[in-house]
Amino acid sequence: MRAPKSLAKFYEGTEQIVTVERDSPPRVLFSGEDLLLEDLPVGTRVIYPKPPIEGLPNVKSAIRWAINHPEGCEPLHAMLRPGMKVTVAIDDISLPLPPMRTPDARQQVLEVILPLLEESGVDDVHLVVAIALHRRMTEAELRRMVGETIFDAYYPDRYYNHDAEDPDGLVTLGTTDQGEKVIVNRRAAESDLLIYVNLNLVPMDGGHKSVGTGLTNYEGVKAHHTPHHIRKSHSYMDPERSEMHRSVDRVGRYIDRHLNVFHVETTINNRMFDGPLGFLMKKEEEYTDLDRLKLAGMRAALRHMPAAAKRKMFQAVPAAYDVIAVHAGRTEPTHAKILEKSWAQYAVDVDFQADVVVYGIPYVSPYNVNSILNPLLVQVMACGYFFNFYRGKPLLKPGGTLIVTHPCSDAFDPDHHPSYIEFFHRLLPETRDSEVLERKYEREFAENPSYVHMYRTGNAYHGAHPFFMWYWGENGRQHVGKIIAVGADNEHVPRMMGWDSAETLSEAIDVARSIHGRGAQVAMLHHPPIVMTQNRG
Amino acid sequence: MAEARRAAFFDVDGTLVRTNIVHAFAFYAMNQGSILGSAWKTAKTIASIPLFLAADRVNRKLFNEVFYSYYEGQSEDRLETLAQELFEEVLRPAIFDGTPRLIEESRRAGCRIVLVTGALDFTVRHLARHLGADDLIANRMRFVQGVATGRVVPPIIEGAHKALVIRDYCVKAGLALEKSFAYSDSFSDYPMLAVVGHPAAVNPDARLARVARAYEWPIIRTTEG
Repeated sequence: MRAPKSLAKFYEGTEQIVTVERDSPPRVLFSGEDLLLEDLPVGTRVIYPKPPIEGLPNVKSAIRWAINHPEGCEPLHAMLRPGMKVTVAIDDISLPLPPMRTPDARQQVLEVILPLLEESGVDDVHLVVAIALHRRMTEAELRRMVGETIFDAYYPDRYYNHDAEDPDGLVTLGTTDQGEKVIVNRRAAESDLLIYVNLNLVPMDGGHKSVGTGLTNYEGVKAHHTPHHIRKSHSYMDPERSEMHRSVDRVGRYIDRHLNVFHVETTINNRMFDGPLGFLMKKEEEYTDLDRLKLAGMRAALRHMPAAAKRKMFQAVPAAYDVIAVHAGRTEPTHAKILEKSWAQYAVDVDFQADVVVYGIPYVSPYNVNSILNPLLVQVMACGYFFNFYRGKPLLKPGGTLIVTHPCSDAFDPDHHPSYIEFFHRLLPETRDSEVLERKYEREFAENPSYVHMYRTGNAYHGAHPFFMWYWGENGRQHVGKIIAVGADNEHVPRMMGWDSAETLSEAIDVARSIHGRGAQVAMLHHPPIVMTQNRG
Repeated sequence: MAEARRAAFFDVDGTLVRTNIVHAFAFYAMNQGSILGSAWKTAKTIASIPLFLAADRVNRKLFNEVFYSYYEGQSEDRLETLAQELFEEVLRPAIFDGTPRLIEESRRAGCRIVLVTGALDFTVRHLARHLGADDLIANRMRFVQGVATGRVVPPIIEGAHKALVIRDYCVKAGLALEKSFAYSDSFSDYPMLAVVGHPAAVNPDARLARVARAYEWPIIRTTEG
């Protein structure tokens, strides 16, 4: 039966929300590399991701159409002149998560634009991975991202990682009217044309952030990655209400006035799992007997595997994302169209705020691809990303309780996250105050020659990166009343982050109810895949 | 020289260059000024290798004492003259690709660059100058009337003494020890690493790598540029 027209919106808006009843099935939650199966209290509202939007039937033709019908400028082919110097900047593998099946969306874009450049007599072409202060991508990762043919033709002389610590590799274009320094990769700045190939995973990505953040250095990132900016971002997934994005936009507009930038932006759906893991895309109510069997088998297998093996297994499974939109042209109109599509995929309308919100924290974040989700990154996922997955009002009431499931193991990757270790074990015991940390220690870490060397020659995140990760959780920390970690394998990690611990989810919910009362509204954001709430009431 | 409030102390052998003090000594042994002299010294050096190894295993200080005694009778002029060739032929090609960058990064961080090595000062002076070091702390051979005695001016710069001289250096130069950095490849330099605020293991041996992981010190490679 079709819903009456007046009620259609109501049905569309609520179909992703399931209210737990007495006979409802238990819910699946990630807890690092483990899967928990937990009964939630009757009345809990579980918010599910929307089904994946159908992918573009022919991605390459969509790319061609986009660069031939760009937003706010002439087509790409009309900008090309023989002998010109072109830099193609590319997002790194901090997204999508997990890495997508090959061919990666970036490879598909490059396979269209690189022949076009060649046919137009443009030979001086460099591919620069816009890592900003992220770790350098390994050779294997670089190869996978663009495919064998492009890799063999360009690597290593014309396909490489941006170096934010190369004293000769950056130029200062100037300063915005708000005093933000505008510093950009020299090769990009000195090119006749800068083409930025992006892959938008969430609405926080892309737009002015691509060039302004991806191709700058510590000073450039520091302009907007501060506790102050994050506190005033509501949320940073909603660029219009994000102080960080306002600053990023000022920097980006300054760049656009001085450089010739052409964006090719792509975005993908949320088909994170398929095949044997496809059941993770479903509501538990929709599980078949086979799905329940797969879940039981998987949980039994995971119980007996060491953490490293589980991590390896999960990270070996690429996501089945489909490209759902490609737009090209000038920064702002291009990005606006991509954002629209991104929100269409992720936003679920809600009309309430909960006293207690439950997140299952998975094994991966943008900052630990092929590595460990260390405690600082668990914090980023909880107080940063997941908390900020909203538009309008946060899902959690101010002063509410956040419950996260994760083992919170005291484990760090010394090659990828060396400065995180010092940050966590030396600084956090002294203070968790972001402003104190920023004032006293940020520059010391940023300039530590050991960390600089590991960033430039190894695969380490920049020395200042753990600070930004701590600030990333700042608006979450300011908003919540209490955070409870469920299933932590130690006591000190949650305590160092200012969290409480509980052995089981039901124990954590009891603690939360003792604060908010028996009638407390409990909600669970059921991800991955990604889901964001939209509450504009 | 720019005033620095902190310093970066670098061990040399295995940290900045792939050679060690035996290479320098072998170079001198093979350049004795006459074929017979060179042959005799080289043969004597080769024959002494088991002794060196045994001494090194027992005690690094003993190793140095035994080792430096082999310089006895060499003229100071000759050692100084050959030092330039030693640098050009042995040390310079052995500088790790990542060394200049690590030193430059330390300088950019406002550190005074100090090499701290158990080698003899004349053997590493050209290297220190080439790398742009502000200071060199090394062992000094005692000469009598221009001839090497085979004994170094005490205390021998090794192990725990490296930590002491670094501490003294910081006091004299008004540098903050807790803000300073130290880099070494060897567990024998644990005291030197432990005395500063920011130690790092560079191309570490297995024992130092274990310590570095336990103490959560950064582990750096200079072997790649």
